Amino acid sequence: MSDQSRHIVIVGGGHAGGSAAAVLRQLGWQERITIVGEEPLLPYQRPPLSKQWLSGEATEETLWLRPEKFYADATIDTRLGLRVTRIDRAAKTVTLSDEVMLTYDYLILATGARPRKLPLPGSDLHGVLELRTVADAEALKAALTQGARLAVIGGGYIGLEAAASAKSLGAEVTIIEREARVLARVACPLLSEFFETFHRDRGAVIEVNAQVAGLEGEGGRITGVRLGDGRVIPCDAALIGVGAVPNDELARDAGLSCDGGIVVSLEARTDDPAIFAIGDCTRRPLPLYDRMWRLESVPNALEQAKQAASAICGKPGPAPEVPWFWSDQYELRLQIAGIPFDATDIAVRGSVAEGKFALFHLGADGTVLAVEAVNASMEFMGGRRIIQRRKKLSRAQIEDMAVSMQQLAA
Amino acid sequence: MPRITYIEYNGTEHTVDVPVGKSVMQGAIENNIPGIDADCGGECACATCHVYVDEAWLGLVGLPTPGSQEASMLSFAAVTQPDSRLSCQINVTQAMDGLIVRMPEGQH
Repeated sequence: MSDQSRHIVIVGGGHAGGSAAAVLRQLGWQERITIVGEEPLLPYQRPPLSKQWLSGEATEETLWLRPEKFYADATIDTRLGLRVTRIDRAAKTVTLSDEVMLTYDYLILATGARPRKLPLPGSDLHGVLELRTVADAEALKAALTQGARLAVIGGGYIGLEAAASAKSLGAEVTIIEREARVLARVACPLLSEFFETFHRDRGAVIEVNAQVAGLEGEGGRITGVRLGDGRVIPCDAALIGVGAVPNDELARDAGLSCDGGIVVSLEARTDDPAIFAIGDCTRRPLPLYDRMWRLESVPNALEQAKQAASAICGKPGPAPEVPWFWSDQYELRLQIAGIPFDATDIAVRGSVAEGKFALFHLGADGTVLAVEAVNASMEFMGGRRIIQRRKKLSRAQIEDMAVSMQQLAA
Repeated sequence: MPRITYIEYNGTEHTVDVPVGKSVMQGAIENNIPGIDADCGGECACATCHVYVDEAWLGLVGLPTPGSQEASMLSFAAVTQPDSRLSCQINVTQAMDGLIVRMPEGQH
């Protein structure tokens, strides 16, 4: 490759950034690719961090998206432990935190999201943890000794997954949720209730409608979480999992359009034709639901990596996918297809009591908008197809187990 | 080390060495072979590592156990056939030296 060859700079070495580099090579891009990553690690998978990493089943190597050798073989330059501090769109250059300047022909922003901070007294105490990176997961793992007391602030997916792993490792767990139910922002009340019961049955304490007033410590280490009603939940560590905020500052500073995430098209292109953005940091069109939305998921990162790489290589983009998500807690596998925007009814297929069921969220005209499946992969897979085709179904059809998923999806 | 041949939908062949104990999916991902997405990283949660096992190898590799997670996922994967498998669920053994798998037109 000569110095004259074109250069794609990928800002961010997470799932989105790493995948974009790999897909660009698959689609035949033979010129230069550089990944700039803030963490000192090659692109890796984050989902196991709250699960297999904590239990010791995953190692750094099994987390990697691609082995080390891949980057050398595919001549992908990785600049790790560095941030991009500035984009000069007119000159088509980026400046790195070590003052090195790179010129680009195409720029792909894959800057991800970061855990939302709670402005709490005591946030700087030792033992106050968050979970996004391998370093975070390592700190959490070290805290999860037999009998250790973990307070989980926030009953979202990260919190519940970490709580399940912590209990399995012999720790005591209290989940503290501000809303009236866990998963309040992301699931319907029936599903919240199911998960609450499941976690309580496994010995976790769940405090709902609980405001956190502060974190208490002694000698610089956390000793408890003080609630709004004055009670203190004693703990040896507290994991804060209250959502994530997109890392869109770099794009904002460069004058790119942002609206709670970098605004992109279905090609993952920003309003600068030479700059793309992919993954958790973007606000993207959802054609199935006719709106702009920010998704935090691996499938979204991969879909947008393909969109950007296809556009750059002049290939047709991938067909739009139904957004989907998964979460593993104890022996429960939750798989969600679609998003229940404007849903007016819920049909329950299967048995909630037996822990094998799926909730179908229906629009006013009977269109299936989303399916939340617990230990029901057939319903999840069939649901994805039904949603993709915008099929309408009645509650009676869905709830009748004598009608197979094949028939429902046909 | 067992050699596995992956054939893309367009006919392009990739023959690579895959260590015993890895999955057929991992062999494709680690060699950046197009046509296998593996969104979920091998958790049998997404059905985007779907392959067709070459007829001569079906006896050795086998079909998914009826009623298993893999069978459920495959029942709605894109363009399934009787020889469909999720490649994350095929663990490579020495006896699989020479295995041939083909990729479907799409994984979504």
